[in-house]
Amino acid sequence: MPDVSTTLPKDLVGLEPLSRDQIQLILDTAEPFKEVSERQIKKVPALRGKTIVNLFFEASTRTRISFEFAEKRLSADTVNVAASGSSVSKGETLVDTARNLEAMRIDMVVIRHQASGAAQFLGKRIRSNVINAGDGKHEHPTQGLLDLLTLRDKFGKIEGLKVAICGDVLHSRVARSNIWGLTKLGAEVAVCGPATLLPRDIRELGVTVLPRIEDAIQWADALNILRLQLERMQAGFIPSLREYNRVFGVTSERLARAPKDLVILHPGPMNRGVEIDSDVADGPHSVILPQVTNGVAVRMAVLYLLAGGSPDWATATSRSDER
Amino acid sequence: MRPLLLKGGRVIDPSRRTDGVADVYVVDGRIEAVGMNITAPDAEVIDATGRVVAPGLIDLHVHLREPGQEELETVASGAMAAAAGGFSAVCAMPNTDPVTDNQAAVGFIVRQAMRAGKARVYPIGAISLGQKGQQLAEFGEMVGAGAVAVSDDGKPVVSSQLMRTALEYAQTFGIPVADHCEDPTLSAGGGMHEGLVSTRLGLKGIPSAAEEIMVARDIILAELTGGHIHLCHMSTRGSVDLIRRAKEKGLRVTAEATPHHFALTHDRVEGYDTNAKMNPPLREDADREAIRQALKDGTIDVIASDHAPHHYDAKEREFDDAPNGIIGLETALSLALRELVGPGLLTLPELIDRMSTAAARIFRLPGGTLAVGAPADLVMFDPAARWVVEKDRIQSKSRNTPFLGETMPGVVELTLVDGQVVFRR
Repeated sequence: MPDVSTTLPKDLVGLEPLSRDQIQLILDTAEPFKEVSERQIKKVPALRGKTIVNLFFEASTRTRISFEFAEKRLSADTVNVAASGSSVSKGETLVDTARNLEAMRIDMVVIRHQASGAAQFLGKRIRSNVINAGDGKHEHPTQGLLDLLTLRDKFGKIEGLKVAICGDVLHSRVARSNIWGLTKLGAEVAVCGPATLLPRDIRELGVTVLPRIEDAIQWADALNILRLQLERMQAGFIPSLREYNRVFGVTSERLARAPKDLVILHPGPMNRGVEIDSDVADGPHSVILPQVTNGVAVRMAVLYLLAGGSPDWATATSRSDER
Repeated sequence: MRPLLLKGGRVIDPSRRTDGVADVYVVDGRIEAVGMNITAPDAEVIDATGRVVAPGLIDLHVHLREPGQEELETVASGAMAAAAGGFSAVCAMPNTDPVTDNQAAVGFIVRQAMRAGKARVYPIGAISLGQKGQQLAEFGEMVGAGAVAVSDDGKPVVSSQLMRTALEYAQTFGIPVADHCEDPTLSAGGGMHEGLVSTRLGLKGIPSAAEEIMVARDIILAELTGGHIHLCHMSTRGSVDLIRRAKEKGLRVTAEATPHHFALTHDRVEGYDTNAKMNPPLREDADREAIRQALKDGTIDVIASDHAPHHYDAKEREFDDAPNGIIGLETALSLALRELVGPGLLTLPELIDRMSTAAARIFRLPGGTLAVGAPADLVMFDPAARWVVEKDRIQSKSRNTPFLGETMPGVVELTLVDGQVVFRR
């Protein structure tokens, strides 16, 4: 059961600032919310009367829709703002955008931005709760949380699990949130990818570096395979997508040599045939779609807790509606 | 002009290796006498008891933004900030708009400084026309108009051929070539030091190698040409090693370090503080320590502020989009006292050397001395008194400093240029 004495900070900017108990609280609070999405009437009144702005400066389909569903299933009033077609495209600064939102007395902002630190920047300047939906190469905490929830569903616990994060760790906010979340909950974490795509001093975050994908497959219980941004090739980090697939691609042939069945995660969107082969993505050990399902529950939990909801109510809310 | 008599201060003059309580007597803009129990009935007497009296500080590296960005700083406001920080002279980098790359532009800065009548301002001319890194600027014409060095600071000199030519050609005029050492192919897109903090914050880093490669190149070219290379704002332990070896070989290499590089590390970027964004970036503990030791043993000759004013709007934004640099003229002395003298690393005379006498020597400027007959450029400060860095107290037009709100040792009470009071508290 969730610990009712644990609370969250005003903003969710990343998993690095959270304690093990705070992460556990979110995951535990997500459990009762999973069920809400399985109902005929997918709505609880937990955030009725709250106004939430989804501020997306960067293109996103999955994360934006997932947040929007989470908000709507909690009965919040939501507004979506995309960077194009807003005052942002007219040159408004982030601080002015923030001040204007604040002036409209909103309760929460979900922000996706191309600059690392943008969520923290906003959070320091407005009273509303800020939820980071991905900032540059920094963090994507709700993705990290949904990955944790999915692994916990699959294995029963996170502690002691061996998780290899594979691919473009350098540019990945998903990788950073995963590293913090997993290590705080007691998992062993390795990163695997070409040295050109691994950040400096990454070992000091408490992770092992595995140079070859074969090593990761031998070692891990689960692989979290990162999307390889296609522009990385133009930037010279890798010579070609073809070679990347040959050397680092997660293929069924490579997985067949693993000592055990590996659980496969991917934050999406996938480049089939580059970092992951289709038969792996669609295979029996892939939890890629359950990740998406859990994303809604985890985001409901985060929204609910930041709005001041107690974990007890989450359980009660979902039960009382069942009657 | 009424004579001045500074009574009973601790007079420190590295140029004559003297340090002791004495009076300093200033007549007609010159040092008339330094000694015990000087009496001068018509002089204005200033009690210097408990104060340090030293040659006016000299900053070899400031950005005064005029012409082009007068809303950030002007020659006058920068010269005023300098005087308030205890500097009697500063060297203004040429990355103005238009670039200070010809004699008229150099002459303009000289005239603006004379009109302001505060700290002396010595222009540094550009190495290349428009700082474009292609065609050599007219060093001779610029020196004739008052330039004391050449530099493309703010932009690295990418072409080794251009740097070689500059080092050769500058010898005709006896001026140093000051270089901002940065390999832009390694630093492109970077906003902070590449290391654990950049990894955690998800910011693109600038590896130490980006600086060190250019330091090594410049040293090799100094050896090839026999020219005087001055290495700006050194930030890494690797650079310190390279300079130390070059000096052991007797090459004409001099170097400077900024207060922020001996005071802060990349940890200060935590929270995406844009006032901790500078180029070169704040580095690691071991780098900071190497810079401090290099200032002690003279491997790095001088402290220079790299005073870089920016508007608060420009800094009040996403870290990636914020400009590099901080103001530094008014905190340089205090930071040096706090970080170098306080912990016992540098003695006060060593500090005055690094901030005045050595600076005058390596750029061949007047000043840096209290010798009888020298122009009376001097500073008097109370090393024990404390002050708080507050916006209202800052004389610079800009306020971009990571030290706001901090209590600092060392209060500048008097700055003289040619015997004229240009700052008094």
